[in-house]
Amino acid sequence: MHLVYPVVIAAMLFSVGVYGVLARRNAILVLMSVELMLNAVNLNLVVFDMRWADRLHGGQVLTLFVIVLAAAEVGLGLALVLLIYRNRRTVDIDRLRALADRDVDPDSDISAIPDDEGVRR
Amino acid sequence: MIVLAAVAILLPFAAAFAGMLFGPTVSHLLTPLARRVRSPRPGTAAGRARVLARRLPANGPALIAVLPVAVSTVITAVVAFEQWRQPRVRTGTLTLVQTGGLPFAVSLDVDGLSAVVALMVCCVALAVQIYSVAYMRDDPRYSSYAAFVSLFTAAMLLVVLSGDLLVLYVGWEVMGVCSYFLIGHYWHDRATSRAAVKAFLMTRIGDVGFLFGIFVLGMAAHSFGIRAVIAHVPAMSHTTLVAGTLLLLCGVAGKSAQFPLHTWLPDAMAGPTPVSALIHAATMVAAGVYVVARLYPAFLFAPASLAVLGIIAAISMLGAALAALAQDDLKRVLAYSTISQLAYMAGGLAVGTRDGAVFHLLSHGAFKALLFLGAGCVIVTVGSSVLSTMGGLRRAMPVTFWSMTIGFAALAGVPPASGFFSKDTILSQAWHAARQQRPRGDFGSFAHSSVGGGTGTQGYTALNNAHRLPVIPESMPGIPSWTGWLVFIAGLVTVAITAAYATRTWLVTFFGEQRSEVAPREAPPLMRWPVAVLAVPALVLGFLGLGSDHLRPEPGMAAVSLLFTAAGAGAVFLVWNNDPALDPVRLLGPVRPVLQAGFHLDNVYDVLVVRPVLALARLVVSTDERVVDAAVEGSGRGARRLGGLLRATENGNPQAYVSGLLAGVVIIVLAVVVLT
Repeated sequence: MHLVYPVVIAAMLFSVGVYGVLARRNAILVLMSVELMLNAVNLNLVVFDMRWADRLHGGQVLTLFVIVLAAAEVGLGLALVLLIYRNRRTVDIDRLRALADRDVDPDSDISAIPDDEGVRR
Repeated sequence: MIVLAAVAILLPFAAAFAGMLFGPTVSHLLTPLARRVRSPRPGTAAGRARVLARRLPANGPALIAVLPVAVSTVITAVVAFEQWRQPRVRTGTLTLVQTGGLPFAVSLDVDGLSAVVALMVCCVALAVQIYSVAYMRDDPRYSSYAAFVSLFTAAMLLVVLSGDLLVLYVGWEVMGVCSYFLIGHYWHDRATSRAAVKAFLMTRIGDVGFLFGIFVLGMAAHSFGIRAVIAHVPAMSHTTLVAGTLLLLCGVAGKSAQFPLHTWLPDAMAGPTPVSALIHAATMVAAGVYVVARLYPAFLFAPASLAVLGIIAAISMLGAALAALAQDDLKRVLAYSTISQLAYMAGGLAVGTRDGAVFHLLSHGAFKALLFLGAGCVIVTVGSSVLSTMGGLRRAMPVTFWSMTIGFAALAGVPPASGFFSKDTILSQAWHAARQQRPRGDFGSFAHSSVGGGTGTQGYTALNNAHRLPVIPESMPGIPSWTGWLVFIAGLVTVAITAAYATRTWLVTFFGEQRSEVAPREAPPLMRWPVAVLAVPALVLGFLGLGSDHLRPEPGMAAVSLLFTAAGAGAVFLVWNNDPALDPVRLLGPVRPVLQAGFHLDNVYDVLVVRPVLALARLVVSTDERVVDAAVEGSGRGARRLGGLLRATENGNPQAYVSGLLAGVVIIVLAVVVLT
C-alpha cells in the first residue's frame, strides 16, 4: 500500500478536526473534533511505525499512550461540559464569554469587577 | 505688678477655653444646686431676686465668662492705681525665644498708657459680658459666643500690655480671627457670614503691611522689644522710619477702620449688638490707634507718615460723619460714627497730641460702649434696628433714654460730657500744629526719651507726667503745618456734622410718636444696668483731663467748637421741629442715597479689586481645567482608546483565539518554507 493514502486520510481527518474545533458551537462536538485530531495523529503514528519498522515499535506504543490520554481527556472534558451545562444551562461556546476583557470603569475599585459567574446575574 | 498684669491677660484666656469645653457641664452641675432654692412667689422683690439667683448660677457659660473678666477688671484697676501712685515703667520677661535670627521676648510692659487702656478694655468687656448674659439668653450657641468674647478680651489685653512687637502681633491676629467668629455668629444668614469674611479679609490686607512694618522697625533696631525699638528711633535712617511707620499704618487703617480699609466696619453690624459694642469701644478698632500711640516716637521722627495719617484721618472723619448722617439703621449710624471718632484720634496723633488721642480713646470707649449697649436695648424692644420703626421710646424706656442721651451728648461733644473735653484737646492741638506752635509740651517726653537713648527705660519715666522736659532736639522734624490745618478744618466741620447726626438719631429714636407695633418696655435689668453704669464714665471722664494742663480745654477753642456743635444740632432740631413725624435727613435730597451707601465705596472696590480678582480666579480655574487637567485626562483617555483597539481581539471566544493561533502557525510555516 502506498504511503500516501493513509497520510492523506490522516491529513483530512485532522483538517476535519481543526474545522470542528474552530467552527462548531456545541462544546461536545468540539471535544469530538479534538478526538478526531488525536486519531489523525494516531493514524500517522501507526502508518509511520509500519514504514519505520523498528524493533521497539515506538509508534504503536505511542499510539496506545495517546489513546489512553484521549480517554482521560474526554472524561475530563465531558465532566467540564456537564458542569458548564449545569451552571449556565448551555454548552454553546459562542455564549461562554467569561474570558472576555470587559469594559471596566477605570475609576471604580477592583471589587466592582464582575466575577466569572457574572453572566448569571 | 507684671505678675498681676499677666494674670489679668491669662484669666480671660483661660475662661475662653474653659467656657468652650466645660460651659454646659458646669450648667449641669449647678442645676441641682439652683433647684434647692425654694421656688419664689412671683412679684415680690425677694421673689425677683430669687429668680435672678436661680437663673444665674445655673448658667455655666455665663459664670465662666463673667467672673474671670470681673477679676481681671479688679486686677487692672489695682495695676492702674499703682501706676498712678508711682508712675514708672514696669517690664517683665517670661522667656526669650530664639529664632535663629533676631530673638523675641515674651514680655509684658506696664506704663501709664498701657495700664489705663487695659483698665478701659476690662471695664467695657465686663459690661459687655454681663449685658450678653441677658441679650444672648435664648441663643443655643451662647457658650461659644461668651468664650470668643473672653478670648477677644484676652487678645486685646495682650496687645495693650505686650512689651514685644511680635507678641503684640499675636494678640493682634487673635483679635482678627475672634472678630471673624463673633461678627459671623449668625453664620446661617448669608449676609452675616459674608460680612464676617469681609471684616477678616479687609483687616488682613492691612495686617500684611503691619507685619512687614514690625519687621522693618525690628530689623533696624536689632530687637522686637517696643522699648528697644523706640530707643533706637533717633539712630534709624529716615527712609527706614518712613517705610516702617507707613507699613504699620496699613495695619492701623485696617484694624481701626480708617479710610481706604474702613468698609468692613458698617457691615460688621450684622453681628450681635454686644459684639459691636466690644469691637467698637474697647477692642479691635482701639488697637490700631493704641499701637500708634505706643510707637509714637517712631511716628514723630517720620513726619511723612504723620502727614499720611492726617490725610487719612481727615477723609475718614468727614466722610464717615456724612455717611452716618444718612443711615437709616441705628447700628450703622453708630458704626460710621465710630469710624469718624477713631479718625479724631488718628488726627490727634497726626498733629502731635498722643495724650489727647488716648484721652479721646478712653472717653470714646465709654460712650460708644454705652451707645451700642443702649442701642441693643432699643433693638430688643422694638424688634428691629431700622430707625423708621423707632420713635417715642422716651417714656417707655427711661433708663435707656437717659443713658443714651448722655452717650449722644458725649458723641456730639456737648459739655459736660466726656467727648467735649477730649475732642477739644485734639482740636486745639491741631490749631497749634497748624500755626506751628508747640505750647502744650506733649513732645517733651518723647524728645527726652530720644535724648536718653540707651535702654529707653529711664527716658520713659517722663511719659507719666513725672519729669516732663521741654527739650526738643534739632534732629526731630516738625509736623507740617498743612497737616494741622487739614485736621483742624475737617475736625471742626465734623463737629457740626456729628452734632447733627447725633441729634437726628436721638430725636428719631426717642421722640416723636411711637412707630413700632409692639408696646415698648424697658429692657431686662441685666441689660439695663450695664448701660446705666457706663453712663457715669461717659459723663464724668472728661473732668479727669482737667488735672493735666495739656488736656485742659482752651476757652477760645471750646467756644468755637461749641458754636459748631450748636449749629449742627440746632439745624437738625429746627428741621425736625417742623414736622416731628418725618426724618430730618429728607432734606439731603438726592445726595442721601450716595451718603447712605458710604459714597458707593463698596461698589468702587467691587469694580477695582473684587471683580478683577474674581476674573483672575476664573481664568486660573479655567486654565487648570482646560490646560492642565485636560493634558492629564487626555493622555489617559488616549491610552485607553489605544488599548481599546487591542482589546477588540479579547472577545472571550476561545475559538477565535485558536483560529488566531492556527493562522499564526500557518504564517510561520509558510515563512519558513518560503525563506529557506
